[in-house]
Amino acid sequence: MPAKKLNLRKRYGLLTRGMGWETTHQKMDDVFPYDSFEGIKITDWDKWEDPFRLTMDAYWKFQAEKEKKLYAVIDSFAQNNGQTNLADASYLSAIKLFITGVTPIEYAAHRGFAHLGRHFRGDGARIACQMQAIDELRHQQTQVHTISHYNKHFNGLHDPFHQFDRVWYLSVPKSFSEDALSSGPFEFITSISFAFEYVLTNLLFVPFMSGAAYNGDMATVTFGFSAQSDESRHMTLGLEIIKFMLEQHEDNLPIVQRWMDKHFWRAYRLLALVAAMQDYMLTNSPMSWKEAWDVYFVENGGALFEDLSRYGLKMPKYHELATAEADHISHQIWSVFCSLGNATGFHTFLPTEEKMAWLSEKYPDTFDQYYRPRFEYWHQQQKDGTFEFQKGLPQLCQVCQIPMVFTEVQTDPMQISYRVTEHGGDKYHFCSDGCKDIFEHEPEKYVQAWLPVHQIYQGNCGGPTLPEVLEWYKFTPEDIGNYIGSQDHARWQEWTGEDKEVKQA
Amino acid sequence: MSIEISAKSIQPVRLTYGNLEERFGGKKPSSRYQEAVYDVQPTANFQYRPLWDKDHELYDVSRTAIVMEDWYSFTDPRQFYYGTYNIARSKQQDVAEHNFAFVDKRDLLEVMPEAVKQAAREILVPLRHVEWAANMNNCQITDECYGANFSALAMFNAMDRLGMAQYVTRLGLLLDGNETTSLDAGKKAWMEAPHWQPLRHAIEDMFVLDDWFELMVAQNFVLDGLVFPLLYDRFEKKLTSEGGATIAMLTEFMDDWYKETVRWTNALAKVTAKESKDNQDRLSSWVTQWGDRLSSAIEPIATKAFGENGVNELAEVKQALLARLAKQGLAV
Repeated sequence: MPAKKLNLRKRYGLLTRGMGWETTHQKMDDVFPYDSFEGIKITDWDKWEDPFRLTMDAYWKFQAEKEKKLYAVIDSFAQNNGQTNLADASYLSAIKLFITGVTPIEYAAHRGFAHLGRHFRGDGARIACQMQAIDELRHQQTQVHTISHYNKHFNGLHDPFHQFDRVWYLSVPKSFSEDALSSGPFEFITSISFAFEYVLTNLLFVPFMSGAAYNGDMATVTFGFSAQSDESRHMTLGLEIIKFMLEQHEDNLPIVQRWMDKHFWRAYRLLALVAAMQDYMLTNSPMSWKEAWDVYFVENGGALFEDLSRYGLKMPKYHELATAEADHISHQIWSVFCSLGNATGFHTFLPTEEKMAWLSEKYPDTFDQYYRPRFEYWHQQQKDGTFEFQKGLPQLCQVCQIPMVFTEVQTDPMQISYRVTEHGGDKYHFCSDGCKDIFEHEPEKYVQAWLPVHQIYQGNCGGPTLPEVLEWYKFTPEDIGNYIGSQDHARWQEWTGEDKEVKQA
Repeated sequence: MSIEISAKSIQPVRLTYGNLEERFGGKKPSSRYQEAVYDVQPTANFQYRPLWDKDHELYDVSRTAIVMEDWYSFTDPRQFYYGTYNIARSKQQDVAEHNFAFVDKRDLLEVMPEAVKQAAREILVPLRHVEWAANMNNCQITDECYGANFSALAMFNAMDRLGMAQYVTRLGLLLDGNETTSLDAGKKAWMEAPHWQPLRHAIEDMFVLDDWFELMVAQNFVLDGLVFPLLYDRFEKKLTSEGGATIAMLTEFMDDWYKETVRWTNALAKVTAKESKDNQDRLSSWVTQWGDRLSSAIEPIATKAFGENGVNELAEVKQALLARLAKQGLAV
């Protein structure tokens, strides 16, 4: 007698539910000790709807196919010296920032989702988190493999994981990801899956991956395409967890709203590095930061929050400020990097005439007025041989750990935005009301911050002088400073026989 | 005929990442396994203590009593990184898929003696809960371990266990023409039948272990070292001799998986015990303690599976496990 057919949904249910059980020899609260202290109330885990339905056999099969294709491209890229097809070697500053700043947070996400994959009480939620945990491991590993060939031919890519734990600007992504990891499981997933992956991921992914496509970087763009179907699974998990928390109990709303406000601002501040990358590091920019912000946050994000308003969830606090800042932050951050280019693990370079014309066009309200004069002044200094990198170290925001360079864009764009608060007799400084609010809600957490500049002054970073600190970072003299005149630039000229300058369109 | 294809030759400035140069000399390119796992996990300058474990840093060597000078001393002999792991499992699942389809198409379970089917329902089907627990335990290890070599290894293992829980579930469904009768009976037995309770008790105690390396030993060295040889190998051979070769076809994945797993558990036992006398003592006492606890927990199942030979079969399996671990340098 032939077996009766199971429909896919039923079959999937049988393969993913009912294998766990209510423990009797140990209390369930001891087996799952972490899913209640945050105050999120879950009345029925069975109401969890799996955001995607994959059994392991299907997962192995799909992912193996993707890996075979990806590694075929990586191999052929290396064999054919694909690095010579880049638009310009200066573009690699973006990849240097990527492998030192983004790849390590993929690994952090792997560990964080494993924590949830073990500790959520609901079977379905655990499995969804486990699949993301292994996907994130994939991203970390494939990124290291993709960029491996560049490391053989260019500087600044050789020690990403050592640097992630130490370098001054990499404490921005490190503190972001460790903030989420050190939180409870519901806050972690709100931060990473929703605020970061659902609301803001396109602002990270599109600039890097389209940027790669626009600049002849076949290796990275192939990785990007390959990761896309993983990312879309991760986004659906982000939406599902928010809806699940909000549907489970009305008391969850204020907690989720506060996390949303906090992690939106945290993730948005992190993306300021991406904004600078997008507008300045890319030889050919597919779209400006402001354009990306308008499409991916103002339009798409606006529609999303409209959809979520039926649960009572509001747009994240300070989103209007973020939109107003879209005209400014890329210029402000790139200025910091250019002025401290002797302490960055990627090469800095001033925007070319063509690039500045593009920036004027993309930022008609701000670039010519506030930022062009600064870059033209530095250009003149470089021409005269009087340009010098900054000697002192910048003050950092206690929360986002970005140097205090953001300004009062809504009132006076030339005025630095400073906020200060007192805790336990000490003063703490912030770049914005968003970061100050985050601190004031959990001061015990943020007083612990490992602020690189403080640490340097306290003598914990290799020694008191810049060369000692750079050595401690494992930045070699070839890694840092201006692109023009660097070893990377010299090799590029050797291969292409031209390009005395940065090439930017 | 071989022809010379001329390609542009460009000399690299370095052959590998800095951490791998320091470890292995940098005279040749690193393997993809090395690039994927070595030194990836953060080790310093943590920003905040976890709200859920204020006694530890996010990544903390003191989450286990095992002490290693270098946590990357252990190398997975399979050299699995994500790509090679998935490609290996994808091949195995192709075979499994083929086997399930073949059994289904030929109605091979129809012709199997009822007693054999019943034995499979009673002994094999409840193992889906054991695999599910193994999934949780390996996820726990992924969460708490130190080093990306460990987290990758445990993550792959966790997903394997979910996959095997699903294969056992499919076996249960196939036995009953896609009715859930034996899955339901298996769950009831797992929760209530006296012969499953000591094992369930032991597994629930493993859920709350504080030390991730002890959990590694209890789950991946000892429990797997007893269950797989005893039930997926010896018991299935018994079923085969009674006309149940088809069952072995449907659990081939587990058989292959265990053979592969032994390779890395051996390597891990060896490198950890070799590190110090303290480690060797600790590992040995965990193996002894969990070996005793789990073998007595499995004894009623062994008796159920093999009748009066059960105790003997289990003793042989345990003896083989201890001999294997002794060969890696444990005092057991």
